[in-house]
Amino acid sequence: MTTPWIRWVVGVLCVAVLVGAIYFPILRRRLQLAAKLQQQTAEQARRELTQAVPINPGEPRVKAKLFWASGNGDGTLLDSTVEFPLSSDPVLRSKQVLNTLLAGPVDADLRTLPPDAVLLAFYLLPNGTAIADFSEALATATPSGIQSEQLAVDSITKTLEANVPRVQRLKILIHGQEVETLAGHLDLTGTFLVNTSGVPAAPATAPSGDKPAAPATDKPAQTPTTKPSREH
Amino acid sequence: MLLDVENIVRTNRRAWGRKGFRIGALCCSLILGAVALSFSSQAPSQAPTSATQSPVPQALPTTPPQGLPPTIPQAMPRAGLNVVVLDPAHGGTDPGARGTGGIRESEIVLDFAAQVRRALEAQGFQVVQTRQGNEDPSFDDRSAIANAQSGAVFVTLHIASTGLPGTARVYVNSDLPVSSDVGGLIPWDRAQTPFQGLSRKLGDLVQGLLAQRFKGSPNTAQTAAVRQLRTTAAPAIAVEISSVVVEDRADLDRMAPGVAGAIAAGVAAFRPSYVVPTTAGGTQ
Repeated sequence: MTTPWIRWVVGVLCVAVLVGAIYFPILRRRLQLAAKLQQQTAEQARRELTQAVPINPGEPRVKAKLFWASGNGDGTLLDSTVEFPLSSDPVLRSKQVLNTLLAGPVDADLRTLPPDAVLLAFYLLPNGTAIADFSEALATATPSGIQSEQLAVDSITKTLEANVPRVQRLKILIHGQEVETLAGHLDLTGTFLVNTSGVPAAPATAPSGDKPAAPATDKPAQTPTTKPSREH
Repeated sequence: MLLDVENIVRTNRRAWGRKGFRIGALCCSLILGAVALSFSSQAPSQAPTSATQSPVPQALPTTPPQGLPPTIPQAMPRAGLNVVVLDPAHGGTDPGARGTGGIRESEIVLDFAAQVRRALEAQGFQVVQTRQGNEDPSFDDRSAIANAQSGAVFVTLHIASTGLPGTARVYVNSDLPVSSDVGGLIPWDRAQTPFQGLSRKLGDLVQGLLAQRFKGSPNTAQTAAVRQLRTTAAPAIAVEISSVVVEDRADLDRMAPGVAGAIAAGVAAFRPSYVVPTTAGGTQ
């Protein structure tokens, strides 16, 4: 009488082991996936929530000039021409070119801005001062150092200078706040000169005779040329 | 069931009395704590040079800006260049740039500063360091040390995260707009403005010497909006060495004598050019 009962128990146990062997790896994968989703950073979540600036195919295709690192390791920038429909509105246009700059070049080594950084907002005041509000990743993930921080700011200002003539000066905010430095070195309390030949008149406090227009060549810009100006 | 209402009221009153006493004592201690904190927060700002052990007599540095527009009182007359304020960047909870091999900028710049200090003292300069150990004075505290000196230049030392390994760059502050003086004072946050020409001269001299020692380095100083330099009322440069990404720290250590020699020789060559700008009477 006991033998069939034991057989049944052994059979049930074998089935349970078999089911467990099949189910546990699946469960493990699901747990790993859930853990991965939980680890998604606030920056990534914000990136998903941030609406990308729509590119209207009806807009005329324009050759935009974007400035990424030259790859020489000497802190110089190289302009790349990217053709896509660009808005004629200066704010939309600025967002489009900055988002493209943030997306990075084909060669990731030539990035000047951290891949997690997001442009949260962009405003343009009537006097030509632009305010670009970036996510915290710009400050936390930009490599610390004068050269690397200068390169990041230069790539932004030179890209705006080449594509949005109305932007004369740029104020960089991090998550809506003014910060003292970008990553410990470069001063973000002032504004950076972008265009001195823009449409609106420059305020009396801006330095005079500063920055020439960027040459339309594929040669690296030898010296970072972005200059800060401090407003009263 | 009978309730002794009076007893309950009495007990409640006693309990509330004790609670009231406790709340009162808590409020008093909070007020006393706040008063003590406000006193203690004022005290350190008056003596940020305590850790520097400077060989020169220290005038009390200017209180850095906190809330109100600060001012630097009329500077004492300066007679020639005698002092070099050496600033090993970062420190404390701020390690600065970090390499994959565990190299920390804040530690390396201290070692570099020791060698630069020896080289400068050999040239006859008095050297004041903004930090001697693992402290992290604020930007303004570091500037205040320089601004309190007579006849000084300011050199801040950095190790980069990027750049060609084995190269060194000198940065001077970007051109700041010249501001109008108000009663002989200039704003604290533009203290560098009157010294930009001298900073450029000092920067080019040091950069030229660095370029001779470290191939691939630029020949002239570059401009950048370096926060530390902006509030410094003296000829001021930032020297950045590449980089923390070297696999072996010895690669950086080998650069230290060359960097020290270039800075010392550059400052010595700059000494005859040192003339205090007339607009540098003070800052507000």
